[in-house]
Amino acid sequence: MRVNNRSLLSALAFSVGMAGVAIADADDDQLTINDEIAIATEAAAPTHMENVKTIYSGWRYRSDETQAFQLDDFDNPAMLGVEEGIDTWSTVEGSAGESCASCHEDPEAMRGVKAVYPKWNEEAGEVRTIEMQINDCRENRMGAEAWKYTGDEMTNVVALLASVSRGVPVDVTIDGPAQSVWEQGKEIYYTRYGLLELSCANCHEDNYGNMIRADHLSQGQINGFPTYRLKNTKLNTVHDRFRGCIRDTMAETFSVASPEFVALELYVASRGNGLSVEGPSVRN
Amino acid sequence: MASGVKPRVKVPKSASAGEAIIIKTLISHNMESGQRKDSDGNVIPRSIINRFVVDFNGQNVIDVALEAAISTNPYFEFEATVPESGEFTFTWYDDDGDVYTDTKAIEVG
Repeated sequence: MRVNNRSLLSALAFSVGMAGVAIADADDDQLTINDEIAIATEAAAPTHMENVKTIYSGWRYRSDETQAFQLDDFDNPAMLGVEEGIDTWSTVEGSAGESCASCHEDPEAMRGVKAVYPKWNEEAGEVRTIEMQINDCRENRMGAEAWKYTGDEMTNVVALLASVSRGVPVDVTIDGPAQSVWEQGKEIYYTRYGLLELSCANCHEDNYGNMIRADHLSQGQINGFPTYRLKNTKLNTVHDRFRGCIRDTMAETFSVASPEFVALELYVASRGNGLSVEGPSVRN
Repeated sequence: MASGVKPRVKVPKSASAGEAIIIKTLISHNMESGQRKDSDGNVIPRSIINRFVVDFNGQNVIDVALEAAISTNPYFEFEATVPESGEFTFTWYDDDGDVYTDTKAIEVG
């Protein structure tokens, strides 16, 4: 018994010591992509956030090696998806014989668009993510089939639209007709789900900067999406990430493209108002 | 031909004689290891880039043998000293017999 107690005590002492070393806030590194695009990875929190003073991009919580992927587009594996997105952009599809480029011209003309989505669409009377808007274009203007919401074509084009908006501050509108959806998103953000009874806020508001096992918790900002994750070596969409997080609380998750996730995306995006659009980013 | 294969190279346009320049290369490729099985339990055949060669004006710079444990989209970054103006040629060899090449000229002033 005595031996067991002693080893338990030393194990406790060890874990406390480790925690002291491991807990760390966002680092002080600054991000400039290709030596020309300055990215705001830190900003004063939007006024609607009561419990947070300063917002940080997830980039600031990653190791120097992971951060370095984003310094040069050549080194950023997410840019492979962007390149495919560029090809898709000018590919004619559907009964109208048009491509994205037929109306929107160069992808660069879309600078700033990614920064304001999700956004209220007056005609449709709903809040739309950029994916929903793209599929609306495809079905109703191009006469083409809708893409799978988290499929490669869709994600590559969203990555392209993010890449041309890099440096533009995220600025989603949360009042007016979008307000009720935003409030629904906020409700979801603070609701505890799953067997672990965890809300988004328990990790990303109460504990950002702390370690969750071996990983450094960020604020869960989505300004860097789509995100190339080293764990699965592909571009990941916001909704897939939401689903992964909720699944890890051992809950039944909402489905991709569901109204719940659209609302949550609007709310989480609004928590990043002021940070630069940074996607496609590289994360763990 | 394996699908979605596209080589990319980044070389400075100019350098001074004898300067060590940084060359970055990337080829998008699945690098299927041959160790995985599909949903029916059948082995997915190996399909990787097995060799990567860089020459400068006909002279070999590096010659790399790649193995199945190398991950998707192999990336190489290395330094080379450039004695004179000329052209780098980059060659990737695929298991399926395909050969992908790219060339980059550099001015030495």
